[in-house]
Amino acid sequence: MKIIPASDSSLLVVFGDTMAPEMQARVLGLFHALQAQRDKRIRNLHPAYVSLLVDFDPLAMSQEEAVAWVESAGGDGAASAVNSSRAVEIPVCYDQECGPDLSDVATHAGLAVGDVVRLHSGATYDVCFLGITGGFAYLGGMPAELSTPRLATPRRTVAAGSVGIAGSQTGIYPPETPGGWRLIGRTPLRMFDPQAGPPTLLMPGDRVRFTPIDHGEFERLWQERR
Amino acid sequence: MTIRVLKPGLWTTVQDRGRYGYAHLGISPCGAADPLSLRIANLLAGNDEYAPAFEMTLLGATLEVDQSAIVAVSGASCICKVGPYRVAEHTAVEVPAGGVLQCGPINGGARCYLAIQGGIDVPFVMGSASTDIRGRFGGLEGCRLQAGDVIRTNKAGGQRPGRLRAGAWDELRRSGPIRVTRGAQNDWFSPDEWAKFLAATYAVSEQSDRAGLRLTGETVTPRERRQLLTDGIPLGAIQVPQDGQPIILFVDQQTTGGYPKIGNVIAADMHRIGQLRPRDEVRFSEVSIPAAIEALRQQERWLQEIWQD
Repeated sequence: MKIIPASDSSLLVVFGDTMAPEMQARVLGLFHALQAQRDKRIRNLHPAYVSLLVDFDPLAMSQEEAVAWVESAGGDGAASAVNSSRAVEIPVCYDQECGPDLSDVATHAGLAVGDVVRLHSGATYDVCFLGITGGFAYLGGMPAELSTPRLATPRRTVAAGSVGIAGSQTGIYPPETPGGWRLIGRTPLRMFDPQAGPPTLLMPGDRVRFTPIDHGEFERLWQERR
Repeated sequence: MTIRVLKPGLWTTVQDRGRYGYAHLGISPCGAADPLSLRIANLLAGNDEYAPAFEMTLLGATLEVDQSAIVAVSGASCICKVGPYRVAEHTAVEVPAGGVLQCGPINGGARCYLAIQGGIDVPFVMGSASTDIRGRFGGLEGCRLQAGDVIRTNKAGGQRPGRLRAGAWDELRRSGPIRVTRGAQNDWFSPDEWAKFLAATYAVSEQSDRAGLRLTGETVTPRERRQLLTDGIPLGAIQVPQDGQPIILFVDQQTTGGYPKIGNVIAADMHRIGQLRPRDEVRFSEVSIPAAIEALRQQERWLQEIWQD
């Protein structure tokens, strides 16, 4: 674990430089350990693939104090810390209407559309972290066969709940937004609700599975969410 | 009391201190782009320093109040009128019941803050009234002001409006380079590239907003082309994308990103970033972290010392 100043108000705790499940476990272990402290001097924690950014109030805490705080709270315990990972089922309608790039992903992989759906919904994913926008989860664990490059030109709008692929990553767009991921389906679940507590359906460390649903079921659940 | 928006100005949103503690869910801090001017406007109006206020950009709003109201405008220079009468800047003024406050073009900076005694009454979302435009929540349901909006204010808390001592405002107009510390990936750049960045003069591009200020000028290039694994972004980080033109990530920024960060604006100069206009020129100078913290402490002392009585 290496701790470097990222600004006058933040530290970047770096565990390594390659993505790996063990790395993720250490990042999330430290994140949960620090989060549990509920220290008022800490403004934000940003977990990512191999690092955790700790953003603090520099008038309440010096860099040295922040380093000591991270070391004492996380330190060695981080690697062994077991986070209370939840299992979350996400219904997804995989069809051309909900996932306009589904056939392109299949073509790129040299697979039938049905195989893409089976592979994508057959895997278990880890929520590595959330970023980009409220509730956007970076999911690890997608079968390598499904890797597809981003669109050359991002779409101006991507419907809320769209499930996409970008390179080896897969994720779900929470609100309607521009975006360049290849869309293969859509969930009727609300991924982000600022009024709810917690505001996001997924949390760092969750384990996710996608359950295929047909278009009628999607429409029914979509109506219910309103 | 209610405020009716007659003209919304160019880009007016409700902002306060910002939304902290939710970055791990992907939620940006938002908050005032120039927090120092927000605090001064609120203290002038007799509010808590971080009460929700209107952040007006490049062109101010025109608002009608249904009851007499104490208001204060602070930040960059803006000609404001109550009815036909010009009102002094950085001073609390009363708008009579049914009166109209007209804020004109904003000069000498990009933003000013209109605080209304009592503060703007919008629901707090995740602990803040700040508008999150990208997330579409906070402030006025995640939107900027529109003509015809009717907005309520809270009852005044009974605090006395503040008065600035003469000349205090001018002391804030700091010129010279924006002060930066080294970013998390500063070592991805050679000392020569870092020196080049510090020697350069950049222009703020038109494609700049509260999420990021795109700079055009000298290209900076890392020692080697390699991909950064997405990591957390501190406020004011200066990232260098593939085209080598730096971007200052600001209050509405993404919480994580994948470009190397060469430097970071110091906390004490963040308010100056909030005042940069498109086509403004900026330069950077390096300071140590202890020097950055000392500058911030000095600024806090200054904010205590600028009041009369």
